[in-house]
Amino acid sequence: MAASSISFYPKTFTSSPTPKTQAKPFINHFSNSLRFPTAASTSPAIFTASTTSKVPRASSVISRGTNEAVNASTNTFHGLCYVVGDNIDTDQIIPAEYLTLVPSKPEEYEKLGSYALIGLPSTYITRFIDENETKTKYKIVIGGDNFGCGSSREHAPVALGAAGVAAVVAESYARIFFRNSVATGEIYPLESEGRLCEECSTGDLVTIEMAESRLINHTTGKEYKLKPIGDAGPVIEAGGIFAYARKTGMIPSHN
Amino acid sequence: MASSAIIPNPTSFIKKNPGSSTSQCSVNKCKSFKKIVSVITPQQSERRPATTGLVKTAMTLTEKILARASEKPQLVPGENAWVNVDTLMIHDICGHGSFDIFKKEFGTDARVWDREKIVIIPDHYIFTSDERANRNVDILRDFSVEQKIKYFYDITDLSNFKANPDYKGVCHVALAQEGHCRPGEVLLGTDSHTCTAGAFGQFATGIGITDAGFISGSGKILLKVPPTLRFVLDGEMPDYLLAKDLILQIIGEISLAGATYKSMEFMGTTVESLNMEERMTLCNMVIEAGGKNGVVPADTTTFNYLEDKTSLSYEPVYSDEQARFLSEYRFDVSKLEPLVAKPHSPENRALARECKDVKIDRVYIGSCTGGKMEDFLAAARVFLASGKKVKVPTFLVPATQKVWMDLYTLPVPGSGGKTCSMIFEEAGCDTPASPGCGACMGGPKDTYARLNEPKVCVSTTNRNFPGRMGHKEGQIYLASPYTAAASALTGYVTDPREFLQ
Repeated sequence: MAASSISFYPKTFTSSPTPKTQAKPFINHFSNSLRFPTAASTSPAIFTASTTSKVPRASSVISRGTNEAVNASTNTFHGLCYVVGDNIDTDQIIPAEYLTLVPSKPEEYEKLGSYALIGLPSTYITRFIDENETKTKYKIVIGGDNFGCGSSREHAPVALGAAGVAAVVAESYARIFFRNSVATGEIYPLESEGRLCEECSTGDLVTIEMAESRLINHTTGKEYKLKPIGDAGPVIEAGGIFAYARKTGMIPSHN
Repeated sequence: MASSAIIPNPTSFIKKNPGSSTSQCSVNKCKSFKKIVSVITPQQSERRPATTGLVKTAMTLTEKILARASEKPQLVPGENAWVNVDTLMIHDICGHGSFDIFKKEFGTDARVWDREKIVIIPDHYIFTSDERANRNVDILRDFSVEQKIKYFYDITDLSNFKANPDYKGVCHVALAQEGHCRPGEVLLGTDSHTCTAGAFGQFATGIGITDAGFISGSGKILLKVPPTLRFVLDGEMPDYLLAKDLILQIIGEISLAGATYKSMEFMGTTVESLNMEERMTLCNMVIEAGGKNGVVPADTTTFNYLEDKTSLSYEPVYSDEQARFLSEYRFDVSKLEPLVAKPHSPENRALARECKDVKIDRVYIGSCTGGKMEDFLAAARVFLASGKKVKVPTFLVPATQKVWMDLYTLPVPGSGGKTCSMIFEEAGCDTPASPGCGACMGGPKDTYARLNEPKVCVSTTNRNFPGRMGHKEGQIYLASPYTAAASALTGYVTDPREFLQ
């Protein structure tokens, strides 16, 4: 199950996240400082969607502008959706010629966002990002099977996140893209039950309720079940694996 | 036709354990490939490995590698494990990002976990005037110098690759040529085709920048153990077929997501007869079926290849007799025919001979998939058999400096002492270009052989999604070096048997 492809076993977990502090680097002697779980893997504590206040989600490398569509208290995403088909590979999400842009540099991060999904063929009549814009008006991308296949470029989920996408809802994901989405905390890679790409149209107004694992299409009036994101959710919410590791005590955070 | 040669065996090989809850592996194998969903074998919850490690359930090759690397007596598919990394590869596209994350998270004065286990290879956007691309190579150098990285294959003079003694070229080919691929080990790289190294009987897969930053500091990564699909290829390899045809056959069979989250294990008499570079081609495209990793069990071919390349010791592992596989596919290779993958997907399989009316504009021979010495030897063989000139521009991009040199020095068997370069020149091909990834993924606009117009190209590369080599409306037919050379000679997609029989 793609949703549980990354699991972490925190030694401590508090249900209310501590206020996000400035990410502090930790000591050089990481082999002593990084605490890796030694127990044989058991079913980890499943986190339900947090109901505490959600701080603006910072990616693990850079603080992004707050995504207005993210409701602070209940992990809800609300906005227009952009619908794509099956096997959207990472070359279409961010063509190779833009890979000279480095996500960890703020100006280049923004530029990457402006090129998100620019590789889609001309059969997609509606542009994902309007000309002369750098952000998208579509907060949610709805896809089919095998979203994010092809190259392992982490620039793909980063570009989507930088463009202003809060979540992708696809039937299934290619593993490296899924893993990169979680590791960076840039977007929520949610899985639908069934082919939402055939039910929704670009421009539909939708709401995603993480707690209910539900997507509501206000334009058609229909509701759809989503698969729970499971253990990957808290990692993304924390802002990626490093932030999560610090939050849960795997890496000491210096206050 | 070709599909009748395949006898897919859908039954999973399950070893039922008395007293335990059922461990059914169910695989959704319905014919509409869009519905193939990766199913992870559920953990056997009632059986705990004894702490002495004496009680062991049979494991596949991949499971054994990951178990050993995570210092556990055994692992089953679906388990998450912290794995020790033997080698981390970073190239010029991902270096800057990985290093920034490493410094931000581990500290500006942090040191990498092991300066001899990171291999830094510029190969993607090298021979270009794009300033950011050039900057990214400089970043690799700065980090390598600061961290005293042992294996950094530097290039400083972009106008003449030969003036750079350390420069290698395509990372996956360089890793093999420099002896970094060793049976039984764990190799991760910031490139999806890192799976190529599985040809050496090791666990090798691609990761993103953040994971690479994490490994740089810790030397570990959290991985979920994949179940294994077994591919048994038997029969004598026809002399018009190459490993590229085999993997295109498989991808077309199981689809773009048929191996998602799974390991692909290749065995059988045909696989055993393949040399290392052909095995690399096989494992290289595992990712195009979504595969987590591909493996070919190590044998004397592997050991002989490695003998003059590494002095480090290694310990190969092999799947147990009773190991559980999610499913097994069998192929009678003697019945297969040369294939292409038509635009715009690697799974869009078709017989080369059925595409003979497709007029083409150019041919590209290069990349980790089709730019190794064996690939060029194969192309040369076709040109030699024909004796004619190519009808379309034919671009040759050797993967590494070593391949480039061998093109100009190694005699081609049966040619009366000619080198590949001579044969290519006589056939009217372009002069072999500076070694690297070239136009396989398009690259900056001034990249040699980039598809800047909506043309039709037969290519020995690995992907043909829209815009892959540059222009969104470019039409890319993926093919073996035999098929690519044959197509160059006719100006149409051509089955190599036109020249090889």
